[in-house]
Amino acid sequence: MSSAHALAAATGRELAGHGLAAAGHGFLSPTGVEIAFLLVGLATLGAAVVTVTTKQLVHAALWLVVTLGGLAVEYLLLTAEFIAWVQVLIYVGSVVVLLLFGLMLTKAPIGRSPDADSGNRPAALAVAIAAAAALVWVVVDAFRTTWIDLDKGVQGATAVTGDSLFRHWVLPFEALSVLLLAALVGAIVLSRKRGGTSGDKSATNSGKEKR
Amino acid sequence: MHLAYPAVLAVLLFCTGLYGVLARRNAILVLMSVELMLNAVNLNLVAFDVWLRDTLHAGQALTLFTIAIAAAEIGIGLAIVLLVHRNRGTADVDRLRDLADPPPAGTPAADDSVTAPTDNGADQATPVRRQTA
Amino acid sequence: MTTTTAAVLVPLLPFLGALAGLGAGRRAPGFVRPLAVLPTLAAAALAVLVAVRQGGGEGAGTAPLHASTRLADTGSVPIDLALNIDGFAALVAVLVGVVATCVQIYSTGYLRDDPRYPSYAALVSLFTSAMLLVVYSDDLIVLLVGWEIMGICSYFLVGHYWETAAARSASLKAFLVTKLGDVPFLIGIFVLAGDTGTYRISGIVTRLTSDSGAPLDHPTLIALLLLAGVAGKSAQFPLHTWLPDAMAGPTPVSALIHAATMVAAGVYFIARLLPVFVSSAAALAVLAAMAAVTMVGSALAALAQDDIKRVLAYSTVGQLGYMTGALAVGDRGAAVFHLIAHGAFKALLFLGAGVIIHAAGTNSLAAMSRMSGLTKRIPDAFWTVTVALLALAALPPFAGFFSKEAVLGAAEHAATGHTADIPEGVGWTVLVAGVLTALLTAGYAARLWLMAFRGKGEPAPDHGKQPVAMNAVLWVLFVPTAALGLAYGVLPDWFDGESLTPTFTTSVLGTGMALAGALVMYGAWRHTSARAARLPLGALAAHPDAADAVSEAEAIATHEAAYGSVAGATDPADPGRLLLGPLHRHAATGFHLDAVYSALFVRPVRAAAGLVRFLDRAVIETYVRGAAGAPGLFGAAVRRAQNGNVQTYLGALLAGSLVLAVAAVLVAAGA
Repeated sequence: MSSAHALAAATGRELAGHGLAAAGHGFLSPTGVEIAFLLVGLATLGAAVVTVTTKQLVHAALWLVVTLGGLAVEYLLLTAEFIAWVQVLIYVGSVVVLLLFGLMLTKAPIGRSPDADSGNRPAALAVAIAAAAALVWVVVDAFRTTWIDLDKGVQGATAVTGDSLFRHWVLPFEALSVLLLAALVGAIVLSRKRGGTSGDKSATNSGKEKR
Repeated sequence: MHLAYPAVLAVLLFCTGLYGVLARRNAILVLMSVELMLNAVNLNLVAFDVWLRDTLHAGQALTLFTIAIAAAEIGIGLAIVLLVHRNRGTADVDRLRDLADPPPAGTPAADDSVTAPTDNGADQATPVRRQTA
Repeated sequence: MTTTTAAVLVPLLPFLGALAGLGAGRRAPGFVRPLAVLPTLAAAALAVLVAVRQGGGEGAGTAPLHASTRLADTGSVPIDLALNIDGFAALVAVLVGVVATCVQIYSTGYLRDDPRYPSYAALVSLFTSAMLLVVYSDDLIVLLVGWEIMGICSYFLVGHYWETAAARSASLKAFLVTKLGDVPFLIGIFVLAGDTGTYRISGIVTRLTSDSGAPLDHPTLIALLLLAGVAGKSAQFPLHTWLPDAMAGPTPVSALIHAATMVAAGVYFIARLLPVFVSSAAALAVLAAMAAVTMVGSALAALAQDDIKRVLAYSTVGQLGYMTGALAVGDRGAAVFHLIAHGAFKALLFLGAGVIIHAAGTNSLAAMSRMSGLTKRIPDAFWTVTVALLALAALPPFAGFFSKEAVLGAAEHAATGHTADIPEGVGWTVLVAGVLTALLTAGYAARLWLMAFRGKGEPAPDHGKQPVAMNAVLWVLFVPTAALGLAYGVLPDWFDGESLTPTFTTSVLGTGMALAGALVMYGAWRHTSARAARLPLGALAAHPDAADAVSEAEAIATHEAAYGSVAGATDPADPGRLLLGPLHRHAATGFHLDAVYSALFVRPVRAAAGLVRFLDRAVIETYVRGAAGAPGLFGAAVRRAQNGNVQTYLGALLAGSLVLAVAAVLVAAGA
């Protein structure tokens, strides 16, 4: 147990070790990790904005892949490596595939569809910008002087996470498996055609999520 | 690392998702926007977990749970969207207007306060019957 | 059975009979007639028993019977359920019981096929009970209860033929006009109780008559307020106009309520409270003037009426004027004597008139005067009505003569200054008006008799014999009509002890005037009756062989169409028209008093009602519509938001929560 912990800590230090030489904190003296985080964050945000604004529905799904992948990189930068891989596996691997299946099954148009946005786009924009302004103001105001110390070791190594998950969180974990089972059954029931033709597509899709 | 970076990024991602939920017409794109919002929350959870150095790793465990729940949600949501598409021939959110109070057809205002709920109820009953049939 | 028990049962029995009659009406029609007649008959018998047990009243030294139980301790002036049976009460109760019994028996024949007979009989029983309550009660509030029950019974019974418009409007008019008097009456009772500290009549009278008693604080105010109610109930000028119209009710009702009993209640009330009135000279003067105007005016109006029942109604008003005249000169013995005698012969006259109307098929004297042989068809009614008319005209030796001479004697007594507390002018007013009215009374009595029974022309149609019940009742009432006057020697023992014996001067004067009036009318009739044959006139009932009530209802309904007005007829052969000359036109309409009322009360009330209607429609309605319309508009505006687009809902929800969150942050930050 302790050797596993040390291994994980060493791995984390090795991963984050590139720009941790700077001793002081400050906006004007960003570390390398910070710069990387910032750049990847900008790319992620841009991809997200394109996801919600593009007129081509399939492109939206693909830009979503970029966003989710960017987020996985951010997780890595925050030393949460297990979460990052889970993110790639489940989101990029499964959820986006599901969404693409859904687009195809609902006969979504390939190419530009001018009516991709509904009529209350200005209202949505106003609400979103107002919410962003308010939240950014609050968050910046609150965490202006807070730093994350990434040098003390890898917080999210697989061994550490697994140890914590099956030691302290085993009961919620099992409850979650029941929830997933219920979702599986519900998806099957919902998408089953009346008349007994079994095994339609959303049921098999739901089956994929269960891993 | 400065905590404000992941926090602000999460906020902006969340609001982008919010915009998508409110502005997108296709139900599957709405679901994608919901995924964006969930991921913003995940980012927050991870960032604060790392900052706090939680020995129980509550933030990361919760992130895992959220991802699992998001997967379940997308499955159920897509099943519902497919069902709606099968019944209505469309997956456009703003064309599913069964909740609307139908405008009175030339009747005075005093009367439709009595008749409107029954009309509305009848309208709402119809899709339910179609769905179960 | 003690006398008190018997006295309590007297008003109670008809009341129970009314309840039972109402209950049995639909379910057991066979019981309705016994339930109508028997309780009233028993009450009459008990009233006689009470009168006999009680013996002579105060005049003979017998103390009045008092019994009471506390009904409501109101905190100030208590209300008692109290009996006070002196000579007046005992005799008036006997009159009410006998006449009510006669009317109930008569009604079984008169309304024999009427589908509403059960409710009719129950209402008559209820009325009888209320009248007996008024007679026996010692408490003013309890008396008032009976007084108002009588009013509402009168309303229902006048409107018995509610299919005819005349009956509907007459019932409303009777109710409203009497209520116009009842409001001041109620206030008067309160003021009186405030002054004396009790509602008990005996207590008030004792306080006023005993030497140590303190006088009232507001005698004139009280007397005038009470007088208004009395004028309404007893049909005295100027509130008498409802009584002639009330003849649109069935004849037995007219006989019981509008001739013998209810209209006498006002007179009886003043007789009971006479000390209150005597303590105010102004009230006595008003009473005398009222009586004089009522007597002469109603006698003149009676001369011009064509409907036989309206003649009798105006005659009732005039005779009640005699009674109030007697009260104005302070002789309640004479007043109640005339009340009882008049109750007997006027009930007989009305019941006889019912028979005549059925036999003739019309209620119009003009039509009857063109019809011969009516006396042969209804010999019983002819003889009894003839005697009753003689009594009405006050010819000796019938009842009316003695009672009227008692009134005139009392007036003369007061006029010559022999009565303490009574101004001489009051006496003279009553005396002159009384003598003049005696002339006119004999005139219209003779006119009625001549036109009804001495008609020339087509023989009257034969509708078969009248029911035995009706004829028997006529003969029962014939006995007091003919003979009651001879009791003038005994009656003072029951009353205050003052002599009721006719004095020579007034007897000669009154009888001479009556004879003169009758003779003048006979001469006029000889002169005009020849014209009758030249001008055919009259309309007969469509169903002459149906029950009496049916032909009466038809006669009432068609009178205006056939003769031009409810009251008069354009008949040149009418001797009254010859004698009255240009006055006839005004007399026929009751001297246009209805028009005056219309101008004074009806039109202002209608105008006020129109104003209220306008205010309600134009002003208040606007507020109501606004109160309904504003939420309607608001709701329509809110409905716009309910467009069914979930994204709009969610957007509004998030915007709202954002605003709330910002507000919460600002508050938390202390901004």
